[in-house]
Parts: sequence; structure tokens; C-alpha cells
Amino acid sequence: MSKVTLAEAPPGVEGAGFFATTLDKAIGLARANSLWPLPFATSCCGIEFMATMGSTYDLARFGAERPSFSPRQADMLLVMGTIAKKMAPVLKQVYIQMAEPRWVIAVGACASSGGIFDTYSVLQGIDEIIPVDVYVPGCPPRPEAILDGVLKLQEIVKNESLNRRNTPEYKALLEKYGIVTDNGNG
Amino acid sequence: MDKLDNQKIITRLQDRYGEGLAVIGEPHGLLTVAVNVETIIDVLQFVKEDPELRMNYLTDITAVHYPRQEQEFCVVYHVYNMLQDVRLRIKVFVSGPIPTVPTATTIWHGANWMERETYDFFGIIFEGHPDLRRILNMDELDVFPMRKEYPLEDPNRVDKKDFYFGR
Amino acid sequence: MSKPVTKITPNAAVFFDNDPQDELITLNIGPTHPATHGVFQNVVQIDGERIVSGVSTIGYIHRAFEKIAEHRPFYQITPLTDRLNYCSAPINNMGWHMTVEKLLQIDIPKRVQYMRVIVMELARIADHIICNGILGVDTGAFSGFLYVMQEREFIYEIFEEICGARLTTNIGRIGGFERDFNEVAFRKIEEFIKRFPPVLKEFENLFVRNRIFIERTSGVAAVTPEQALSYSWSGPILRATGVDYDVRAVSPYSSYEEFDFDIPVGTTGDVYDRFMVRNDEMWQSLRIIEQALDKIKKEPVGVFHADVPEFYLPPKEQVYTNMEALIYHFKIVMGEWETPQSEVYHAVEGANGELGFYLIHDGGRSPYRLHFRRPSFINYQMFAPMSSGMLISDAIINMSSLNIIAGELDA
Repeated sequence: MSKVTLAEAPPGVEGAGFFATTLDKAIGLARANSLWPLPFATSCCGIEFMATMGSTYDLARFGAERPSFSPRQADMLLVMGTIAKKMAPVLKQVYIQMAEPRWVIAVGACASSGGIFDTYSVLQGIDEIIPVDVYVPGCPPRPEAILDGVLKLQEIVKNESLNRRNTPEYKALLEKYGIVTDNGNG
Repeated sequence: MDKLDNQKIITRLQDRYGEGLAVIGEPHGLLTVAVNVETIIDVLQFVKEDPELRMNYLTDITAVHYPRQEQEFCVVYHVYNMLQDVRLRIKVFVSGPIPTVPTATTIWHGANWMERETYDFFGIIFEGHPDLRRILNMDELDVFPMRKEYPLEDPNRVDKKDFYFGR
Repeated sequence: MSKPVTKITPNAAVFFDNDPQDELITLNIGPTHPATHGVFQNVVQIDGERIVSGVSTIGYIHRAFEKIAEHRPFYQITPLTDRLNYCSAPINNMGWHMTVEKLLQIDIPKRVQYMRVIVMELARIADHIICNGILGVDTGAFSGFLYVMQEREFIYEIFEEICGARLTTNIGRIGGFERDFNEVAFRKIEEFIKRFPPVLKEFENLFVRNRIFIERTSGVAAVTPEQALSYSWSGPILRATGVDYDVRAVSPYSSYEEFDFDIPVGTTGDVYDRFMVRNDEMWQSLRIIEQALDKIKKEPVGVFHADVPEFYLPPKEQVYTNMEALIYHFKIVMGEWETPQSEVYHAVEGANGELGFYLIHDGGRSPYRLHFRRPSFINYQMFAPMSSGMLISDAIINMSSLNIIAGELDA
């Protein structure tokens, strides 16, 4: 018996030989189960991410088989570790280089809030420079926690409206961070 | 070869430098001496090349800030004799608006970044250093953060209201 | 102090004056380049595939450890040391504890010292696994990494059994351990020294006589002992050049003098030697753990901390029920303890080299000054000068064999 389980189909109308659902749901399902992560690992949490990618925890089970090291071909930015103020513009640049739709997970206390490093040189949470979708607590979080964060993000991705990235609210959000929106289709 | 002990090091150094070298003490067995800023490079060269002392390994360079002392800054060198496991701590006290110490990069290549780090944190100028720039902090930083007068936390933070912290 | 900058500064690039006549290209490697395993920036000038010169920029995760340490009581500095070299956090923890114990002149019972040795050697193995595994990945062999990572997870399980945490362990306390190793922990350590050798053997077989690996690493980035000493190198990369300097042997701490182990050294100081030194050190660490387990059996059972109630936190259950314990708990946590004014330098053999703690204490609640001698920081400064003349691909594996840990580099 194969242990492979199929992703649950979204609600829709089913009949002999056809299945109808909304485009939002179908695309969301596809996106959620094929997130390409961009590991932006700076410190300790990066080592835990290594364990998450490793054979014991295996992030690939959730469709994130291919860690993309190029921001151009990634959907999910995983920021792991302390972001110093010196690093902040680099992180922002990486975020800007990612194509829409893009999601961000702040892994660990440092990325979420600066953690124990309330100092002159450390950015107090990456949400000061880029929008964040999921925060994973822990210093560092266990691999299970990182996986949980990814699963939470999948929920967000599944339920995201296709039009969200073109709404004025979303543009306003990015403009708040000083990011110019030009996603080509809107 | 006889085992090198602290007494021997003191004799050896005092023979050469006499009054120019002060013995501070031996906290936890580690001999600590102070020399003045003019002779420091000569002392480092001497302890490195002297056939008896042979302290040819530069363990570390760092600095300490004593704002209440007349001579505000103390640059600390740790040198090490690997063969006999003997360490020596050499201190140089400097002061002034631009504290200046000659560079040790002429003796050890490894002193390069150690001095840059010390400059970055304390603003001590190492004269003759090939590339004295900030190393860990941002180039835009206009203070020397390890000096005691500068706070640990970022004073520009707006989200940290004193009210929430009971102060 | 300045606000977060919003622009990318040209950084090191300004140090090159590009002559339009020559054919050199300025290439920016990092700070987020996947091949550098961390946040290092190197701006190099290349002539084809060959590096002509380079400038390293570091400090991308500078967290001001030394400044924080001046504001924290001794107990709260242990979590900071975790985050120095996070691949082998227990060594940093123990090093810091031993520094304070040296300051306070606390005698540590033998059994505790052996327990520390076990934990430190496990951490060393965990660190070398990462370094050698990644070196394998960089030379094109991913499977070796996956084999040994599995065992690294098992080391984490042992740490979890001892202290509850996996990576940033905060293991032990000033004066000993928080609790004794339990039965499961001992059983797991014993299981580890049985199950790890075959895996390491298999890992070795993949690399040691592998033609591709040898071609990629042998003779690459060779360093002479004189150069290495002049750059104040320490640790496996210094030993790879043939200098048998190991703090554990030269100035033993935590009873290392009682253990029988060899110090592997290399001959040429190239990447292959560094790999072999680290590999052999894992075997030696296993030997040390084995001996330590034997020695512990001969010591009185149940001793896991020194008898210093004025410095060692009382057991939690007593804090809730016993007045005195509560008072001591408060005094110690708040740092209201009698401490001598002194200076201490204490060095331990970290996984990357001599990890030193220089503590100046004025009798207050927190250190007057605490300086970490961080091996990664000092080892890394040779990278840019030694890269000139190297191929880019060689420089990348050179960097992974130096095993620079960003947290330790930038402090």
C-alpha cells in the first residue's frame, strides 16, 4: 500500500467525469502545495532549518522540495536568524527581487522581534522593513515549529483571493514599507 | 630548557626596560605588565623574538574603557608561548580626544582585524595600520559603541514606550 | 546612533579603481550567496575564473555581544555564548562557566568534569559533522552530508535528554550541571558511541580516497605553519598545517590531562588536510567519550555540581518551599553575590580553535568588560589575502573548510 496521501480537493460541484470549483481555490491548492522556499539564513535558526531540510524532518514532504537560492524563482521567503541593521537593506532588496505572489515567514525570535538582542546594531524584527505573513516563535524554533509555520502559510496561500495582489489595500501595504509596486499585470 | 615562570619573565623584561615597565600583578597566574605607548611595539617585538621568552603567538588584542581614570583607554595584548604554555598580558594606557597606539601589524599579520575591531568599538587609532576602517558596525555609525557613555539599546526606537517597562 | 539605512552602500567596491583598459571584472560574492553558507561578503576582482584580489566585508549579523554582556549578570551571559558558535553551543557554555569558576576559584568535582568532557566532545563531533558534510556538498557529494546529519540529530537527542534544548543549549550552570544525566541520557550516549563509528566509516569511505574529492581539495589553499601562526590561526586548520597546538593538550582544563587521545596534524595545510584533521578528531572525540564514561562509573553517583551554595542556584522544588533557598535564588539571579575584583583569561578548545574569554570584573553585578576571543573572527581574516591567485571554485571550498560560523565571526 502506498502511503502517499492526496491533497484534499476544495469544495465544489462534482458529477460524472467533471468537477467544478472556483479558480481561486484550484490555484490556491496548487500554489500551497508547491511553495518554493528561499532560505535567508543568517544564524542559529539557519542550522535548525538545515535539520528541517534534512532526512529526519524533511520539508520536501510538503511540496517544498526545491530550495531556491535565487529570489527570482521563489515564493516563500524564510528569514531565519538575526537581521542586523547592516543586513536590512540587503534583505529588503531580496524581497523586492522576488516575483509576486510572495510570502514571508519570520522564523525565530530574532527575525520576529529582535529576540534577546535589543541592541543598537540589531533590527527589531523584520516587519520594520518588509511585510510578514507568518511568525514562528522560538530561539531557535524546533524543526517541528518551522514545519508548523510552513503549514500555517499553506493555509494562508490556499485561501488567498487571486485578486489580492492587485487591490489598493495591498499596494498601500507595500507603499508603507517604501516598496514600489509594479507587478506588470495591474 | 628550564620552565619559564613569571619571575623569569619579569627579570628578563626589567633588565631591558627598567622603569619603563610596570608589573601590575598576576591575577590567576597570568602575568600582567603595563608599558607606555612609545615602547609597546618594541616590547611586543622583543617578547616575540627573544630566545627565552618566545611568545610568538598573538592571542588577542582588545581594549577597555575606564571613563573615570585619567588615562581613559587601555589596550590589552595577550601573547602566548605555545611551547611552554605561558601567557603574558601587556597593557598600554592611553588618553586624549584621539587615543593613538602604534600598530602591531608590522609584527603579526593577525593583528590587522583585531585592531580594526578595537578601533570600531573604542575609536582607538592604530598608527600605521594599513586599512583602519570599521569592521563589524555599519560605516554610517558615527559613535564608538563600546565606550561606556553609549547605551546598549538603540535610542532611536519609537515602539518601546517607557510606560510598558515601568520606568 | 544611526537609524537603519535604506540604501545598499557600495561597501568594499570602492576600494578598487577599475582601469577601463584591463580585462578584470569586479564580482560581488555575498552577503547572501548560497555558496558561502553564511552572511559574508567578498568583493573580488577576477581575471576569467581566477581571483586577482579580494576584500572581505563582515559584520552583517553583528549583535553587540560584548556590549550586552556588560549589562547582564553572569547567569544571563550563558545564553549569549550559545549564539556565538551555534554549531557547538555546549563548548561555549562550558568555556564561559569555567571562566567564572576560575574567577570565583570554585573546585569542580571530578565527576562533573567528566560529564562536561562528554558534552563538549559530543558538541565537537556535531560541529565537525556540519563542516565536513558541507565540504562534501560543496565538492559535489550530497549523500555524505545526509548520512552524517542523521547522526547529528541523535546528538541533539542526547542534548535534549540532558538539558531540554537542541541547538542553543544553555547547558550546565556555573558550578556544574542543573541536574544529573538521567538513565536515558547515559544509555543514549552509549548507543551513540556504538552506532556512530560505522556511519563515520562509511562517510570516510565516500571521501578519503575518492578521486574527485582529492582532485578538488588536495593542494588547494595550502598554508605554511609560519603563515598560520602569523595570522594567529588556531584549531583544526592550524593543526592541518602541522602545528600540534590544541588547548586541550597544551593547557588542559576540565581534567583533559587524564585522557588518552591523539592530536591529529596535517602536513600541507590544504583543504584535504583540514578535512582529514577534522575527521580524525571525531574518532579521537569518540575515544575521549568512551574513557569519560568509564571514569564516571568510578566516581560517586549523583554528584552533578560543586558544593557552592552561594553561587549555585538551589533546586527549583526547594525554592518554592524553603525560605533560604528562595533568598539564595533571588540573590544569585539578581547577581547580588560577593565576587572578587580580578581579571581572568580562560581558553578552551572550541570546534574552530582557541575560544577565549577575557573577563574583567570589578565586583559589580555584571562584568566590567567581557571580550570573546573568537576563533572564526581571527581565522577568517586570512581568507581574502589567500584567495588571490585562486580559482573561484577553490576559494569557495576553502571557505567551507575554514568553517567560519557567522555568529562567532560577527559576535
